[in-house]
Amino acid sequence: MTEFRAQAGMGRVVRGRVLAAQDGFSARYDLDRTKGVFSRPAHKLAGQSYVDKVLVLDTAKGGVATAWMLHDMRARGVVPAALVLNSVNPILVQGAALADFTMVVGFNGDITTLLRTGDVVEIDPAGPDGPVVRVVQRA
Amino acid sequence: MKLTDEERAMLAGEAGRARRIALEHQLKVGNFLGAADMVPVTQAHVMADTESLGEAGIAWLEALAALPAAERRVRVPTITDPRGTDFERAHDLRQQDWMLALERRAIAAFQALGVLMTDTCINYQTIMPPVRGEHVAYGDTGVVIYSNSVLGARSNFEGGPSAVSAGLTGRTPRYGYHLSEMRRATLHIAVDWTPRRLDEWGALGALVGRTAGNYWTVPVISGLDRVPGSDALKHFGAAAASFGSLALFHMVGVTPEAERLADVFDPKQPPTARFGEADVRALQASYTGDGDDVDLVVFSAPQLSLVEMDGLASLCDGRRFKVPVLAITSPQIKPDADRMGLTARIEATGAMVLSGMCFYQSYAREMAEANGWRRLATNSAKLVNIIGGYGYAPRLASMAACLDAAESGRLA
Repeated sequence: MTEFRAQAGMGRVVRGRVLAAQDGFSARYDLDRTKGVFSRPAHKLAGQSYVDKVLVLDTAKGGVATAWMLHDMRARGVVPAALVLNSVNPILVQGAALADFTMVVGFNGDITTLLRTGDVVEIDPAGPDGPVVRVVQRA
Repeated sequence: MKLTDEERAMLAGEAGRARRIALEHQLKVGNFLGAADMVPVTQAHVMADTESLGEAGIAWLEALAALPAAERRVRVPTITDPRGTDFERAHDLRQQDWMLALERRAIAAFQALGVLMTDTCINYQTIMPPVRGEHVAYGDTGVVIYSNSVLGARSNFEGGPSAVSAGLTGRTPRYGYHLSEMRRATLHIAVDWTPRRLDEWGALGALVGRTAGNYWTVPVISGLDRVPGSDALKHFGAAAASFGSLALFHMVGVTPEAERLADVFDPKQPPTARFGEADVRALQASYTGDGDDVDLVVFSAPQLSLVEMDGLASLCDGRRFKVPVLAITSPQIKPDADRMGLTARIEATGAMVLSGMCFYQSYAREMAEANGWRRLATNSAKLVNIIGGYGYAPRLASMAACLDAAESGRLA
């Protein structure tokens, strides 16, 4: 089974289908959080649903609102299954901490090309050998 | 993370539940980001508009607010970023009662925690600017980048829950821009043209932010032919933070940690990027709106200083606008603008002066639907970067050009 080790992780073990792009992530800038879709016209995932997807993106973008918004998205059930990122800013860490949300960050290589949209993955943020993303099924 | 005796006691609940919850949150964040310990802070600043908080965030605040008074009061001065409304003008904006009800609940909770409701994103111009080397926990990207870069203070982006936590514990995890070694520049950007207008400063900040690309990159900018003022650096920094998620920049000969390039960067390395007037114009032109027609003009993000309000009033005299114009300032500036007659001169045109909110933090999608707004003109590069996701088609132009558009209905 192909697996990718991450430098840092938090949250619970989750399994889900990947939605990947070489683009950033900001809940305020990029999402229609009522409809559960990427709404920023310039985003590479514009128009696509993020709900229950494992979002595989490059880095955190934008401002501080995501620290609250992940928590509210989770409470309303209009939320990704997890975030898998090359790098992160403090806001996403703070948001994931408040929301008890699964997020893993930092790989040996560009994770947005190592994983593809449609892959099914299992994420273990607190595995015995560190955070890991396992590919269960390739697209 | 290494904790002091006081922090261990807090974690054990000896200072009450609120401080235990706050410190637990801070340890999750600090451990993830590799903090060695905590650093005491002198101020906290909380971003908490209710569109971001949602029902769940308000319930989180209300749970803290319901604790005994001795347990729940913040330990360091803690202030707030803009709210999601100006209660006096909410009806004019066609905001809904449920939005105002959420705002009132959030305000009541914050007041129970001892938070000062300043409702501003320009506290560095109006409340108590931090000084060089002062560790703070600020929660608005524009506030953080200005305070770090222009004033030499030390803060990371502290989102709402983390800023509330810092207020309660009086400290924050020591990582990122609290550390001297993280404040050296990692990227040199040379410019051969110095902006004059605020929209141009914002556009240059946007280019710098895009080039730098992520939170941990620190650009140093060289080549400016004059020292920008506070409003110019406000727009530059807000745009750099918005487009690049940047928290710190240096400007050679301008910002306090970079008297010379060599203070923050190896001067033998060539610049990574060079920008001139053509690049700024191209950035501005890339925001095409949807044709020349304009539904709405907004001056916001960041809130307007008294000097910006004065400039706006001068451009408004003797005119009547057929397109709605919103000018948004802070609750600290608004009384001065009223007293000096600036508000009356601006509003004589049909424009609205709003206080204590920010356009994109105030249910922008719902306001668009209720008012039929889509084609928006502004002089804020930060706002054009954000507002597309809320369904608007933005244009970036000078304040004067935006007001011409408000008069004619078209921005050529």
